[in-house]
Amino acid sequence: MYRVRLWSVRRSRQMEWLYNTFNPLVVKLLRGVVKVFGTRLDKPITAVEAAAKGFFFDCKMCGDCALSRTGMSCPMNCPKTIRNGPCGGVRENGMCEVKPEMRCVWVAAWDGASRMQHGDAIKQVNFAVDHRLKGKSSWLKLAREELGDD
Amino acid sequence: MTDRATIDAEGLNPGDPLPMLEGHVSHGRFERVLRAGHFAVSTEIAPPDSADPEEVLRRASLFDGYVDAINATDGSGANCHMSSLAVCAILTREGYSPVIQVSCRDRNRIAIQGDLLGASALGVCSVLCLSGDDVSVGDHPEAKPVFDFDSVSLLQTVRTLRDESRFLSGRQLDLPPRLFLGASINPFAPPRTARVDQFAKKVSAGAQFVQSQYCFDIDMARDFMARARDLGLTQDCYVLMGVGVLASAKTAKWLKGAIPGVHIPDHVIRRLEQAEKPKAEGRKIAVELMQQLAEIDGISGIHLMAYKQEEWVGEIVTQSGVLQGRKPWAPTRLSHIQPAKA
Ligand code: SF4
Repeated sequence: MYRVRLWSVRRSRQMEWLYNTFNPLVVKLLRGVVKVFGTRLDKPITAVEAAAKGFFFDCKMCGDCALSRTGMSCPMNCPKTIRNGPCGGVRENGMCEVKPEMRCVWVAAWDGASRMQHGDAIKQVNFAVDHRLKGKSSWLKLAREELGDD
Repeated sequence: MTDRATIDAEGLNPGDPLPMLEGHVSHGRFERVLRAGHFAVSTEIAPPDSADPEEVLRRASLFDGYVDAINATDGSGANCHMSSLAVCAILTREGYSPVIQVSCRDRNRIAIQGDLLGASALGVCSVLCLSGDDVSVGDHPEAKPVFDFDSVSLLQTVRTLRDESRFLSGRQLDLPPRLFLGASINPFAPPRTARVDQFAKKVSAGAQFVQSQYCFDIDMARDFMARARDLGLTQDCYVLMGVGVLASAKTAKWLKGAIPGVHIPDHVIRRLEQAEKPKAEGRKIAVELMQQLAEIDGISGIHLMAYKQEEWVGEIVTQSGVLQGRKPWAPTRLSHIQPAKA
C-alpha cells in the first residue's frame, strides 16, 4: 500500500533495525525448513514473504531484495525499475515523472537512507536484476545460499 | 595533406579510426580533445523521421567547425525516429565524432551488447548511457517498456565489454569495443543533495565524461561543481554542462511544465518576457551561460542542445568564445551535401 510504504520509509531507521533483526532469524529458520522439507514448502513461504514485504514496502518480489541498500524504499516500484536512481526526470516537488501522483521512489530512498545506520549502502552500485528470480523468495534464496556455504 | 604526421593525427580518410593514443580508451577525436585539455563543445542532432541518409548529413553539416562531438539521440522523449546507431554510422563515414546514445527503455541486455559491438565496428568511439524516458510520455505509449538495465548497470556493461573483453555471460570477445564512456547527470532536479552522490556512482560504474541536463541556474551549477570537486570526481571524469536555447517565454514555460527535471528560474522567464526580440534574447542567455560555466573550475565543456534552433549553434558557439579560437575538425568532402538553410 502506497501510504504504508511511505510510512516505512519515514521510519527507515526502525525498519532497518527490524529488517536486520528479523531477516537473519527468518533465514536461519528457513535453513532448517529447507533441510527437512526441500522445496515442498516454497510456495507458502514465498506467499508469506510476498504478503509481509508487500504490506510494508509494496514489494514486487523481484527475488533480489535490495531494501537495505535503498533506504527501505523498494526500487521495483519505480516505473522504470531503476536500481541506481533517481532518473533525471524527478519533478520539482519530488514526485515521479511518470506517475505524478507518486513520490519518486528514489527521492524516498535517499531520504530514507539518510536516517539509517548503514544508509551509506545506497552509494554502492547495484547491478541489473536477474529476471529469472522474479516471483521467487529472496529469503529462501539466502537460506539456500547459506546452506551451500556450509 | 597526406604526409605521415597528418595521417597519424587525422587518419587517411575522414572516416578512418584514428590511432589510439597512450592512455586513451578509444580511437575517437572527442576523447582526444578532452584529454588534451581543450574546452570542448558537443551538441545534439535530432534523428530524422526518414530513411534518408542525406538528411542526417544535412543536419550535421550545420555544426561543421563548431563542435567536437554530436550526440545522436535514441528515441528521445520516447518518440520514434531513425535509430541512434544508424545516425552514428552515417556520421562516422564522413569522419564526424558521434556519441551514440543508448537508452535502456527499448532493448534488453542481449540487444544492447550486440549494438555496442556493432557501433564500435562502425567507427563509433563514444557512448552515452541513459535510462531513458518512459514509453508513456512518447508517441507509442502502448509499447512495452524494457528497462532490463538502468543507466548505471549499462555503464558497467560497457566497461565489462571494453576492459574485460567479454560479454556479461562471460563469453570472450575476439576484439573488444573501444568506447569512451559517458553518462548523463541532472544537478538541477531533486533530490539535490543526492545528485552529487548519484554522479559519483556513475563515475565508479565507469563514466569518463558526463553531459548534463539543461543548466539555467548558474548558482546551482557552481554549488554542484564545488561538491563534485570535493569528492574528487572532476579528476576522473570530464563534465560537459548542458546549455539550452530558449525561443520564447512560452517555450520556457512549456519546457518547465512538460519535461520533468528541467529547472528554469523565474528570472530567466521574465527576461524572455520583457525582451523585444525573445528569440535573440534566448540565444544571448545561452551565450552568457556558456561563458559563465566555462569559468567554473572542473567544467571541461558545454553540451549545447539547440532543438529546432540548430542553425544558430555556430553563431552561439562563436559568440561565447569558449573555444578560444580553436576550430573543431569538420569534414571537407561534403560538397555533395547542400547545407540546410540557416
Ligand atoms: S522519477 Fe523516480 S520513481 Fe519516477 S521514474 Fe524516475 S527514478 Fe523512477
